[in-house]
Amino acid sequence: MTQSRNPIRVLVAKPGLDGHDRGAKVIARALRDSGMEVIYTGIRQTPQMIVQAAIQEDVDVLGMSILSGAHLEILPGIMDLLREEGLSDIVVIVGGIIPESDRQPLLNLGISGVFGPGTSTGAIAEFIEAKIEERGVR
Amino acid sequence: MPSGSKEEWTRETLGPAIGRYPERQEKFVTDSGLDIQPLYAPEDLAGNGREYHRDVGYPGEYPYTRGVQPNSYRGRMWTMRQYSGYSTAEETNRRFRYLLEQGQTGLSVAFDLPTQIGYDSDHPRALGETGKVGVPICSLEDMEVLFQGIPLDRVSTSMTINATASILLCLYIAAAKKQGVGQDKISGTIQNDILKEYIARGTYAYPPRPSMRLVVDVFKYCAESVPRWNTISVSGYHMREAGATAVQELAFTFANAIAYVEAAIGAGLPVDEFAPRVSFFFVAQNNLFEEVAKFRAARRMWAKIMKERFGAQDSRSMMLRFHTQTAGVSLTAQQPDNNLIRCTVQALAAVLGGSQSLHVNSRDEALALPTEESAQLSLRTQQILAFESGAADVVDPLGGSYYVESLTNQLEDAAFKYLERIEEMGGTVDAIEQGFQMREIGESAYQHRREVEAGDRTIVGVNQYVTGEPPFEGLLQLDPEAAQKQIQGVQRLRKERDDSQVQAALKRLTVVAQGSDNTVPAILECVESYCTLGEISQVFRDVFGEQEQMASF
Repeated sequence: MTQSRNPIRVLVAKPGLDGHDRGAKVIARALRDSGMEVIYTGIRQTPQMIVQAAIQEDVDVLGMSILSGAHLEILPGIMDLLREEGLSDIVVIVGGIIPESDRQPLLNLGISGVFGPGTSTGAIAEFIEAKIEERGVR
Repeated sequence: MPSGSKEEWTRETLGPAIGRYPERQEKFVTDSGLDIQPLYAPEDLAGNGREYHRDVGYPGEYPYTRGVQPNSYRGRMWTMRQYSGYSTAEETNRRFRYLLEQGQTGLSVAFDLPTQIGYDSDHPRALGETGKVGVPICSLEDMEVLFQGIPLDRVSTSMTINATASILLCLYIAAAKKQGVGQDKISGTIQNDILKEYIARGTYAYPPRPSMRLVVDVFKYCAESVPRWNTISVSGYHMREAGATAVQELAFTFANAIAYVEAAIGAGLPVDEFAPRVSFFFVAQNNLFEEVAKFRAARRMWAKIMKERFGAQDSRSMMLRFHTQTAGVSLTAQQPDNNLIRCTVQALAAVLGGSQSLHVNSRDEALALPTEESAQLSLRTQQILAFESGAADVVDPLGGSYYVESLTNQLEDAAFKYLERIEEMGGTVDAIEQGFQMREIGESAYQHRREVEAGDRTIVGVNQYVTGEPPFEGLLQLDPEAAQKQIQGVQRLRKERDDSQVQAALKRLTVVAQGSDNTVPAILECVESYCTLGEISQVFRDVFGEQEQMASF
């Protein structure tokens, strides 16, 4: 049971130039309402800004939202940077407009979950809890 | 005996019926949460202190509730404009020509994010974004390719561009000039609505106050030199897509519009000189009757605002003309063909609401940009509505509907109330700086999501009538080499052009930006000297500063 532990800390981030953050904000609120501690970076974050925020906020989970189609170009750099900073144990999830054919390449980068349009916030919260449990990082 | 009044009918006929068979919901509300009664009758119109001749009236006459043209689509059909742009100017030009061949009657340009924010394609921040959500335009070279073979004196063009709107307008003027078309002959629209970018869409570059100057500079320049250009398209669309209700869409849009009008008047422009070129952009969402009522309420609100608040004399200043796009946010990745039906209902709302121009989304857009085939279906949806449904053959078909008239009144009242709250905060710019609209929109979006997840709101194929299905095949694949080609293009241009001319033009622009002269002629000189969009935007970043991100949720 997670109740006895500190709450899961989540950084919700918008990499790239895409300004559509309805989804990111809804997820941020829903995860907070499910008992997690959530920090939202705002839009237009560079990989460096995101990884710095993850370090500073000491998060367990990094959730990124991209709707512009730039995910395959932007995410490898962020994953590299996380590894360089020794943050490979952070659970990384991604959501947005991501075609099915891009799912596997993203998982191959070390991203734990890819969530498309229509995913319920409850399913995302459960996914995070299960991953954290599985990794036993906390 | 038939009932003599709605009250009697409710008591004698409806009440007992509900007593026997309870209604399927305890409460019925519109998308904006307005209560819906089981029935509307003449009594409902008498309420709210409204009177037909004064408040509804006739099309082409104040307050324009029923339309700005006396005969609506019987005279001129709405402009069919499918928002398009991707990969490169060359590819996009091909899509434009295809759509025109298929019967599209105007162009609508989607720019990629670097272009919208003021970065050239080879800027480090442009990584992965070049050519993704729209066409990359770095210089006059790209603009010429974009409109190659398209006569700019005969086709009108709408450009969704805000922070860099005046740069793209100048590029358009310069590209037309190269075709031998003078700036007095071109027609179209630039969105140029920077305020809503801070609230919802996020493609701002500089802080709000200097950005307002750039907007007003366009008003001034076009009033003198580009008479057929719509200098702004004040947009509720993106705020609604971000989660706003129909009431908030109206209120926030008009709050922004008021700020632009005040800024222009403050800069010494007489209201009737620029206001006739102010246009609007709204969404058409799923709730058919609320959306039709919204468009009608919007016309009446704008007419009142312009006449009563700003003392406009020219009737064209009071006429709200608008573009409509169906709701991107309503598209589902699940059972994507259902999106065709959603888009049709939404487009019908736009037509019944008297929209001047229309974009219909495509079934595959929850997952990617539309393919040529999908875009063609969207255009066909418009053509079927225009030429087969009969909806375009009469003015304001729902005028006089007890329900629609009641909703029109309710929406107007609720939106004016909201507008008052923003006024009390000091107007839209102050409200933005306090994060007011963003918070309100965030609340509405979250509320909506919770209703969906609780099953209180049905989305077919998502939370009801769900079927297992294979992944959607045949999404648009972008050319992976396109971005590289674009980057090489702008780098070659920088080597080939006359650098001394470029530097001189940028220097003059810097001086103008630091002073108070109109920036548009200086930008025009820059683009004709083949300065890039990124270089021009950098001048403004240096002089005005960069807008910081606001990150609350």
